[in-house]
Amino acid sequence: MARFGMVIDTKKCVGCMDCVVACKTENDVPEAFNRDWIVQDVRGKNPDLHMEIRTERCNHCDNSPCVYCCPTGASHVHDLGGIVLVTHDLCIGCKACLASCPYDARFINPDGYADKCTFCVHRVEKGLDPACVSVCPTHCMYFGDLDDPNSQVSKLLASRKNHSLIPEAGTKPQIFYLV
Amino acid sequence: MNEYTTTRHNELVDPSLHIWGWEIPVYLFIGGLVAGMMIVTGYFIFKGKYKDKACVCRVLPLLGMIILSAGMFALFLDLEHKLYTWRLYLTFKVASPMSWGAWILIVVYPAMIASFLVNVPEYFSNKFPWMDKISEKLQQHKYAVKNIGVVNMLLGGLLGIYTGVLLSALGARPLWNSPMLWLLFLVSGLSAASAFVHMVAKRVDERELLAKADNGFLILELFVIALFFIGMVTSTKVHIDSALVLLSGIYAPAFWVFVLALGIVIPLIIQLLAVDHKIKHTPVAPIMVIVGGLVLRFVIVYAGQYTRWVDAAF
Ligand code: SF4
Ligand code: SF4
Repeated sequence: MARFGMVIDTKKCVGCMDCVVACKTENDVPEAFNRDWIVQDVRGKNPDLHMEIRTERCNHCDNSPCVYCCPTGASHVHDLGGIVLVTHDLCIGCKACLASCPYDARFINPDGYADKCTFCVHRVEKGLDPACVSVCPTHCMYFGDLDDPNSQVSKLLASRKNHSLIPEAGTKPQIFYLV
Repeated sequence: MNEYTTTRHNELVDPSLHIWGWEIPVYLFIGGLVAGMMIVTGYFIFKGKYKDKACVCRVLPLLGMIILSAGMFALFLDLEHKLYTWRLYLTFKVASPMSWGAWILIVVYPAMIASFLVNVPEYFSNKFPWMDKISEKLQQHKYAVKNIGVVNMLLGGLLGIYTGVLLSALGARPLWNSPMLWLLFLVSGLSAASAFVHMVAKRVDERELLAKADNGFLILELFVIALFFIGMVTSTKVHIDSALVLLSGIYAPAFWVFVLALGIVIPLIIQLLAVDHKIKHTPVAPIMVIVGGLVLRFVIVYAGQYTRWVDAAF
């Protein structure tokens, strides 16, 4: 079975927010909410500073607490490549999943259900890349099957140094950042 | 230095999570209180005290059901997709404490109704003689009555424990990642229930007993709180920082003043003097304990949402 994930090259990302706009347009994300966003992470000691610009979203965790804690089964793992999704009319809006996500990737849609990145499953089903990946002007994002050693994402991870976000939270995130 | 800037500003999530307002702390407090009331009722029934018409276990089940229903209503108010609430009861998700809770809330009602029927309060037995008949029949079966007592204690325990597990299962909020949280909420629930029963009980010996029990629970609660913090500050950096939110951070005044001093230590001193017959029993100490228990839930729920793994220096 495929295991979809993303690889993002932080050396190329300039934080232009095209991915953010693409997601909002593609998925009709309500005003004032974001399914993906840009983070600037500056570390070090002056003058030896290091800045990483990242595009972030739901990590479609392999060990997803949001799915375990959901009392109705609204939060679930899709058969297609382990994508984590929410079935709107099963969701009661209890917000347990929002509290369980170490990345705060979820929000409550004004219609009342839990909302978040879907990896554009409707596009992936047709063999397309998620909207954010397809519009990135610097081509810093890659989407593919992490279980397939010959996929571009697997090859990038094998050849370049990378990290995921908050691995210590134990959720096994499926988005990796090349450094 | 570590400077973290994000373009995300989702309502209820940024700059720090605040998905749960007053409804959840109130609900968790009521869950604990009613759990304690069920345990006290169960104990009195098990001990055969129900035979006394003045036993407080006669009125507790009804009060418990009313209070718990108010708590469930608060929980309902918190849901964002209210029309779909019934979806909770189409499934049982074994990994979800929220699902356990939904079902526990359903099974505690029959247990409370059973304990209500063991010795129906006068008002009802006068109005509905058939209820009295059920009581009479039930009381002929000693073992059945004892079992009702045991079941009430067990389900009460489960209800109290679940209110803590609900939070501690949410690993993304470091302050809640404590194996002591269920015990803290259970003991706090028992102490609030003892305080409550102390106020409503008519028999002096029952009031004395509950005041003594409450003193025990308050002392135990102090130990559990100490262990809670020892566990936190000997854990990872995020957990240490989370503990500091309560110990010296923005929730410290509420925690030290309302939870510890006014909610536990001072009422404990008052009640220790009262059971020693140095001063008279008044409702002051029990009210302080109950309010302290409520503030404890507010502090834990609010401060927990404030703590997170990302950029963990609060
Ligand atoms: S990032 Fe958050 S919402 Fe997405 S799968 Fe992981 S825990 Fe769930
Ligand atoms: S808010 Fe919805 S998706 Fe999230 S845990 Fe509750 S029912 Fe499940």
